Amino acid sequence: MRALDKLWQALDERLELDPIVEFIRHKVVPTHRHSWAYYFGGLTLFFFFVQVSTGILLLLYYRPTAEAAFESVQFIVTRVPFGWLVRSIHSWSANLMILSAFAHMFSVYFMGSYAKPRELTWWSGVALLGLAMGFGFSGYLLPWNTLSFFATRVGTDMVSLVPFVGGWLLKFLRGGSEVTGATLTRFFGFHVAVLPMLTTLLLGFHLALIQRQGMHVPASLEEEAKRRKPIRFVPNFMMREGVVWLLGLAALAALAAFFPWELGTKADPFGSAPAGIKPEWYFLFVFETLKLLPAHIFGIEGELIGLGAFAAGGLVWFLVPILDRGRPGGGRGRTFFVLGWLVLAYIVGFTFASFAGVFK
Amino acid sequence: MASTEGAPRVSRRSALSWLLGTSLGATIIAALYPVFRFVIPPRVAEAPVNRVLAGQLSQLADNTGKIFRFGARPGILIRTPAGHVRAFSAVCTHLGCTVQYRPDLQHIWCACHNGQYDLHGKNIAGPPPKPLEEYKVAIVGDDIYVTKGA
Repeated sequence: MRALDKLWQALDERLELDPIVEFIRHKVVPTHRHSWAYYFGGLTLFFFFVQVSTGILLLLYYRPTAEAAFESVQFIVTRVPFGWLVRSIHSWSANLMILSAFAHMFSVYFMGSYAKPRELTWWSGVALLGLAMGFGFSGYLLPWNTLSFFATRVGTDMVSLVPFVGGWLLKFLRGGSEVTGATLTRFFGFHVAVLPMLTTLLLGFHLALIQRQGMHVPASLEEEAKRRKPIRFVPNFMMREGVVWLLGLAALAALAAFFPWELGTKADPFGSAPAGIKPEWYFLFVFETLKLLPAHIFGIEGELIGLGAFAAGGLVWFLVPILDRGRPGGGRGRTFFVLGWLVLAYIVGFTFASFAGVFK
Repeated sequence: MASTEGAPRVSRRSALSWLLGTSLGATIIAALYPVFRFVIPPRVAEAPVNRVLAGQLSQLADNTGKIFRFGARPGILIRTPAGHVRAFSAVCTHLGCTVQYRPDLQHIWCACHNGQYDLHGKNIAGPPPKPLEEYKVAIVGDDIYVTKGA
């Protein structure tokens, strides 16, 4: 104990740690009937940590070429001790991370936490979700199986519809005009270098903003939050968040062990797209919408209208802190509250309907 | 030196700022230009493929199809229920999946978004906006040759 005290003293002398200790000691989390929503961001962070650690493990065996990628993943899941578990956890955790990020985003949205002065937190958060989806999209291709090959063909083809720079973007993403081994090598680079770097920077910014501004309490809950005693971040909130992380770990372990992630068949660039092909669940609502749209709407190609509408919707969602002027008496605007429920109902409805096989 | 006979039109400070700013801008552009060029792969000299041996007539039964390699892209060879042999690009005009022949529908079908094309490659159902590009078919003995363009 004496040695630890001495070490602390030595560090304190050099770094003046007092203000940091004071900050941690005074950091509190408000309590009200919707305080449960404060745990989703941390849970997303937990799955991100799992992704980083299992991703580093997979890097030890994975080979990013069209000739070797599928075989190297096959080697990981069949020969490497616990390889099946590491790979399965990486795939499941990716999905749970997106799910928990969605839960975090919608809870923040419905509490109106995006409003001034937290616009930057909202924007960095939406950008982080975009990066997470980029991780999902690029990582999906890496095992080089049939499903991932066609998902990448379709996904990158959509990029070519972007006005003016579409052709350039397509070549940049694919490393040529077709999806080939060059695409795989590029996606590998994005997945393990570019996206992690951007995510780390943006995540640091997002978390720093939260430390600087503290937790937001919606206007409708201010009374209650004043009445009830806030809990200290260290150790009370951390302990509770720890329980949430343990629940996340339990769910992850159960899913990875009982439903090991499939590898599928090796991609054949000169084979037909197989029947029943689908993207990851978080792209299903876009996928099903594109399937429903007719070839032409008012003389314009259906997919262009569909993707244009999604892009516009995404922009509105991003700009909500500016567009929502709030109500005169305080609190967020009714329109955006209703809009949020419509968006949520659309995404959840289409995703479940797709799983239920409503769209043939 | 600031002149005493009225301020100069361009002060030394603003001239220096301008020079500094432009050289900084030029340095950034000079560094970024190669990066932009680097990320787009060079055009690899490829012999243009105009004619390929796509398959054998004896191995293509009525009401079936097969995918063949046409340069870097896939093509589809179909034999209609009436026995006609036709060839098209196999790249769906919707979002670029590879189509297949469905004997049960007697159509060309894309599994990705349920697009359908008739036996002439015309888009008849689902989201595809354009027909499939048709290729010329020449049968020499048992060999089926496919030619692109005019």
